[in-house]
Amino acid sequence: MIALVDCNNFYVECERLFQPRLSNKPVVVLSNNDGCIVSRSNEVKQLGIPMGIPVFQARDELLFEGVEMFSSNYALYGDMSARIIATLRQFTSAIEVYSIDESFIELPKDKDKDKDRKAHCHHIKETVKKWTGLPVSIGIGMTKSLAKLANKVAKKYTSGVFDLVNHPRHEKVLDYIPVGDVWGIGKRYTEKLNQHGIETVYQLTRADDKWIQKHLTITGLRIVMELRGIPCLPLELTPSPKKSIGRSRSFGRSVTKIEDLKQALAMHVTSAAKVLREEGSVASCMQVVVETNPFVEPYHGKHITAKFETPTASTPAMIKCAHEGLMRIYREGESYTRAGIYLTDLCSENAIQASLFCEPNTERSRDVMEVVDKLMVRFGRHKIKWASEGLKQKWAMRQAHLSQRYTTKWDEILKVGV
Amino acid sequence: MIDLFPFLGRMPEGVKIWVVPYNDSNALKIPLFESVKAGFPSPAEDYLDACLDLNDLVIKHPAATFFVKVDGDSMIDVGIESGDVLVVDRALDPINTSIVVAIIDGDFTVKRIHKDKGQLFLVAENIGFDPIVITEEMDFQIWGVVTFVVHSLR
Repeated sequence: MIALVDCNNFYVECERLFQPRLSNKPVVVLSNNDGCIVSRSNEVKQLGIPMGIPVFQARDELLFEGVEMFSSNYALYGDMSARIIATLRQFTSAIEVYSIDESFIELPKDKDKDKDRKAHCHHIKETVKKWTGLPVSIGIGMTKSLAKLANKVAKKYTSGVFDLVNHPRHEKVLDYIPVGDVWGIGKRYTEKLNQHGIETVYQLTRADDKWIQKHLTITGLRIVMELRGIPCLPLELTPSPKKSIGRSRSFGRSVTKIEDLKQALAMHVTSAAKVLREEGSVASCMQVVVETNPFVEPYHGKHITAKFETPTASTPAMIKCAHEGLMRIYREGESYTRAGIYLTDLCSENAIQASLFCEPNTERSRDVMEVVDKLMVRFGRHKIKWASEGLKQKWAMRQAHLSQRYTTKWDEILKVGV
Repeated sequence: MIDLFPFLGRMPEGVKIWVVPYNDSNALKIPLFESVKAGFPSPAEDYLDACLDLNDLVIKHPAATFFVKVDGDSMIDVGIESGDVLVVDRALDPINTSIVVAIIDGDFTVKRIHKDKGQLFLVAENIGFDPIVITEEMDFQIWGVVTFVVHSLR
């Protein structure tokens, strides 16, 4: 039996924990560079301001309604997320951390009575709230897909815990939920299913296996099996190695000089390469992307892919490659608003196949990177830099509404008037 | 891919690929010192313990522990002074006479809680401050229990 523990309006609630004056007020958190709304308080949801909308499109309404805006404070959200997971670990070691604000947990066998299970989950919910100050909702089901559905119901219609296992009106509940709400059924599949008269989850569970496999592939069939209560997606207790690592961000203001683009790319490479090495992986390909404002014509966007003859995790080698790629796609006079890199075709560094015509990844380059990584851990990410990242980043992110890093920086901890 | 570069699909160029040959010449060359062993081994080598960690002493529930900085002198008689850092444990249940971080009508404060004949008070530890009576109209909440004070003597 699986429960999905999902935070309610996670980023907004992290801000509220340290600024209680925000409770019961409309609050939003904005994406990187203050571009779009990525988290909304219930008050904002009630105003009908949609998720993901660019701020400039909602500006008048946000101002008129007195909505408090915050830039993404990922240092804070990341730390609060780790606290929630640590709190959950006292209940079970079987946890799959699915995203920054969602975790699947396996429920203990001795809690298989309906009443016990529900009480246990209420206890988990209250403990997380007490310890971390953050509200969560819990959905319980026989499978991950059902737990996810139950969580949606829990958020919308209950006090925070909903149990689909042995639910007396199980079919009725499933018949109430549209197929589009199912985890893994996107917009295209939803349209296709609706065309064939399948609108609710219950109808989907009754569909013919062969038909599903034909129209939704084997992945879709697996989802349907899960919805029928047959586990097909086991808990992933250890995070599987990433298949690709991307870093991209829009600039605070548009950039025309190639030097500024080079700095931004170097910064992205440094950050992605560090993650790559932490996973013990090397990359075979790197994609470099630059683009102008997509909302303004004429739009100019280009990307190019480099293939490393020998897969690598060396930051200087990759920065050099990113710059070479940039030279090939850069056009003078364009006002670029976004640049990024994407490392793909990752494999374990132990499994590198040496290319016939060159030496395998040398020990020396790896040693250098090890020293750099250790220095970064010891002195902090921003104390040691590759020269190509630049010291003054004129194009730095716009974060006009950033709150303090209350839990990770001594000079930014909560100050209390006593 | 879609998430990162939502507008990639609009890009007119097809995927170009070029091959980067392996080249070590641009790698940094930093000498590495290996630890050198010479002379006699230390007799204490087999008895080495990890250093004492102050966190073990003051933090019982790491996931629930927060630090806050004090600004003001209403708790001065109990040794909480302006500029001190408090260790606050949210996992603990406050008892009568606990010192807590509390929220009254949207503002944080630090006081001792005191329950008397069903009435809840927030009491300062400084003669110049009157106790606050917590009434039903107030928006009152206990944020966490203060367990330690970090006070610099210099």
